[in-house]
Amino acid sequence: MFRRKRKASDFGAEIEAHIQLETERLQEQGLSYEDARTAARRSFGNVTNTQEHFYESNHLLWWDNFWQDIRYAARMLRKSPGFAAIAILTIALGIGATTAIFSVVDATLLHPLPYPHPEQLVTIQDDLPGVGARDVGISVPEWHDFQRSGIFQYVSALGGGDTNLTGASEPARIRLLTIPPNYFALLDVKPQLGRSFDPEDQTPGFNLEVLISDGLWKRAFGSDPHILGKSVRLDNDLYRVVGVMPPGFHDPGATVEESNTDVWAAAGFAGPPAPPPQRNLRILPEAIARIAPGLTIAAAQSRLNALVASLQKEYPTDYPLQSGWRVRLVPLAETVVGNVRQSLILLLGAVGLVLLIGCVNVANLLLARASARGREMAVRQALGAARARLIRQLLTESVLLSLLGGIVGLAILFCAKGFLLQIMPDSLPRLNEVSINWSVLLFALAASLVAGMIFGLAPALHAGRVDLIPMLKQEARGSTGSGEQARTRRVLMVTEFALSLVLMIAAGLLLRSFWDLLNVRPGFNPQSVMAMHMWLPVPNDPDTDIYGSPAQEAPFVREILRRAGTLSGVEEVAIGDIAAIPLGHGRNDLNPFALVLEGRENQSDDSPLVNATIVTPSYFHLVGMTLQRGRLLSDSDKENAPAVAVINEAFARTYWPNDDAVGKHLKLNNARGTTPNRSWTTVVGVIADARTESLAEPSVPQIYVSVYQQRSKDLAIFLRGRLDRSATPAELREQVQLINPELPVFGAQMLTDVVTASLSERRFSLEMVGLFALTALLLAGLGIYGVISYLVSERTHEIGIRLALGARSGNILRMVLRQGLGLAIAGAAVGLICALVVSHLMAGLLYGVRPTDPLTFAGVALLLIGVALLACYIPARRAIRVDPLVALRHE
Amino acid sequence: MLQGTLDLLILRTLIFGSQHGQGIARAIQQTSDEELLVEHGALYPALQRLEERGWISAKWGISANNRKARFYSLTPVGRKQLLKETSKWNRLTAAIGRILESEEG
Repeated sequence: MFRRKRKASDFGAEIEAHIQLETERLQEQGLSYEDARTAARRSFGNVTNTQEHFYESNHLLWWDNFWQDIRYAARMLRKSPGFAAIAILTIALGIGATTAIFSVVDATLLHPLPYPHPEQLVTIQDDLPGVGARDVGISVPEWHDFQRSGIFQYVSALGGGDTNLTGASEPARIRLLTIPPNYFALLDVKPQLGRSFDPEDQTPGFNLEVLISDGLWKRAFGSDPHILGKSVRLDNDLYRVVGVMPPGFHDPGATVEESNTDVWAAAGFAGPPAPPPQRNLRILPEAIARIAPGLTIAAAQSRLNALVASLQKEYPTDYPLQSGWRVRLVPLAETVVGNVRQSLILLLGAVGLVLLIGCVNVANLLLARASARGREMAVRQALGAARARLIRQLLTESVLLSLLGGIVGLAILFCAKGFLLQIMPDSLPRLNEVSINWSVLLFALAASLVAGMIFGLAPALHAGRVDLIPMLKQEARGSTGSGEQARTRRVLMVTEFALSLVLMIAAGLLLRSFWDLLNVRPGFNPQSVMAMHMWLPVPNDPDTDIYGSPAQEAPFVREILRRAGTLSGVEEVAIGDIAAIPLGHGRNDLNPFALVLEGRENQSDDSPLVNATIVTPSYFHLVGMTLQRGRLLSDSDKENAPAVAVINEAFARTYWPNDDAVGKHLKLNNARGTTPNRSWTTVVGVIADARTESLAEPSVPQIYVSVYQQRSKDLAIFLRGRLDRSATPAELREQVQLINPELPVFGAQMLTDVVTASLSERRFSLEMVGLFALTALLLAGLGIYGVISYLVSERTHEIGIRLALGARSGNILRMVLRQGLGLAIAGAAVGLICALVVSHLMAGLLYGVRPTDPLTFAGVALLLIGVALLACYIPARRAIRVDPLVALRHE
Repeated sequence: MLQGTLDLLILRTLIFGSQHGQGIARAIQQTSDEELLVEHGALYPALQRLEERGWISAKWGISANNRKARFYSLTPVGRKQLLKETSKWNRLTAAIGRILESEEG
């Protein structure tokens, strides 16, 4: 308010002056002073009314009231610290947990990617629906076509892979990302030191320049300010450092492990070590692009469709119609988040339910208090307080409670932040972006306000509907709630049960899925198997590669097998590529091969991609995969022997559904590397399906070839026996480095740990939802305990009479328990219906259990009812111990 | 009384010079030949409102019979407002008059 405030006393003086003047005028007309003053007052009307009117127009009345309410509410809370503490703590837990989950949702789902104009960023995915393949990667000529099309500002790609770094303080194993030179121009991110690659660079192979991460710069180079221009050796080749990326820069990779790149090297993918560009050689596993400004993704997609159609006409042999080549643009933000969206939304929903249940509990507490304060409200109403005013005051009280709860919750969250981030699985995308920022704080504030409104509404509405006369009359028993209030409390109780049941069923279904997955027969035996990684260097010039062909690699592999077999405790040894580690490999570790089947080679030149796993013959026995038909690989399938392969049943079913696969011929053309195979490979055996890709997937087509016939650079050494977790890796490394001291041997894992880790995301959602469900159960138990205790104390008198008249304690017990049971059953019934809806929504997260699993539904409902009965038993015991004399004197 | 009529009457009364609340009440009553009986209490919120709008200003002074009273006077803005309101009022009454006459005729 901008005007100078006029005091109420000044206004009063004016009115007094008015009445005085009028009195004098009337006196002049001959009236007595008394008569004149009375007449003056009468003609003035209601003085108080006028003054109130003035006061209200002069002040922000609601502000005054608001402050009054706040002060009053604070006083009330101070007066009952026990109640306040329980209510605030309940809300604090609810708000804290909800905010924690929201901060993750905020970072992963709501925040745009941390690059300029993230809405222009897309992933380009090639599909071949004709052969049932999705996201098969793109080829270099396609990449060039897309780049020239004018649809995109830049098209880039992400290669992958680790490399050995030397030239820093000590040799290190680092994450290398091979990318085209336009990668950083596309993301529009500049280095903190030096420059990034020239986006117009047309070098076909590696341009021998690298950018390094801030982390590597600090870790390996001690933040050397003169790092620019220095050389580092990656595998066999020297690269010049041209820039250092800023701290906090991450590739648009999905997870913490994937996004912590140390070195970026630029390559054109059109010269060595990449094969000569071919349209159907899809060597770029992931392509990203920034669409031209002013173009929407939909518009870009339709222009791209036209381009694809014209390319199909131009290169009919590369893009046969039956493969149905299609190119999709997917917003980059979506690809990055992938399939965790559903889990996160489930978690947010679960935690929201916990908050809601907490609210219902606090509402119940408030109602109990409201009945104790009934007389206070009645007196205030009798003295002229407006109903709306009382409601507002009670709402202020509850909102104050919930805001305090929110503050405490945030404080807990701040303290527990580090711990919480640690228990999140590393595979959660964009975890490094999770923070408590303004939008998270705003969410906490909004959640607190809404929570306060929710749990304050029922008691507040009741307070406004008090029947004054009986309330004021109840002098001795001022704490009896009205019948209507008891009804509200019962409704709240039923709601709470229903909500808890929904949560518990969700947790139960997740638990059963998880249990089933743990007990699934994976088709391999992870017990006492250790795997260690090893990497053979890839020089840019293939002629200098001492492990360039299977023939060159084979003696080395045999020597490792021999030496590893001599280690103490080792019973079996095998070697394979990274893809051979069951459940222990990522998508980029797979070796995609274009499959050509004999007799069907002309059906489609665009052959389906399959993942070939490269192993030594001893592998199958070591990991416990069982032969079904034919024979396994053997040591006689050597470098010069005819090429053979072992497939699993899923592979056989997919490609020879009506025929015996053994003896069939096929060709595997390495999609990422070497020139097409000239000779046929013979299928010699079929093994049983094993869940090597995911415990939830029973059968994925797999084909195994011998390491002596197909070389691999990413190797894993497998050991079985009584192994010493700490000593064996060092011993193995020593043995390998006796053969070649420059080879790193690292990343020892027990296969059992790998299997467990593959469930980490599921375990995380299960643990969180389980935790929330337990909290809900506890709150529901406390809630019904409170309600039944209250009902018992209210009926002490009645119970006393009943006992005095000869009721048995068993009857009383049953009477009280029946009340609780009724509420629990009603709640469970409502909850079961809601759970049916919710469980169908989460069907995608379940494994092996139907969303309507009757065992879970019945079990959880019984558990809830059992807990309710237990919670009722305590007050019921109290009821039967009522001394009739005391109860009757109570009145 | 019609909405806003009281404001108009107050402004009109003040055109002859500053006046206190009681004086305004009396003046309205007298000039309207006791036709308009204003409840004196209702006057003050109106005065307060007009003062807030800046159409009138107020200061304490001494009345004719030597009493302390709060005197209100028109501000230039209030004078302009009075002209506007008066012509609006005239148009309105004329219009209503025409309607009523045509109904009769």
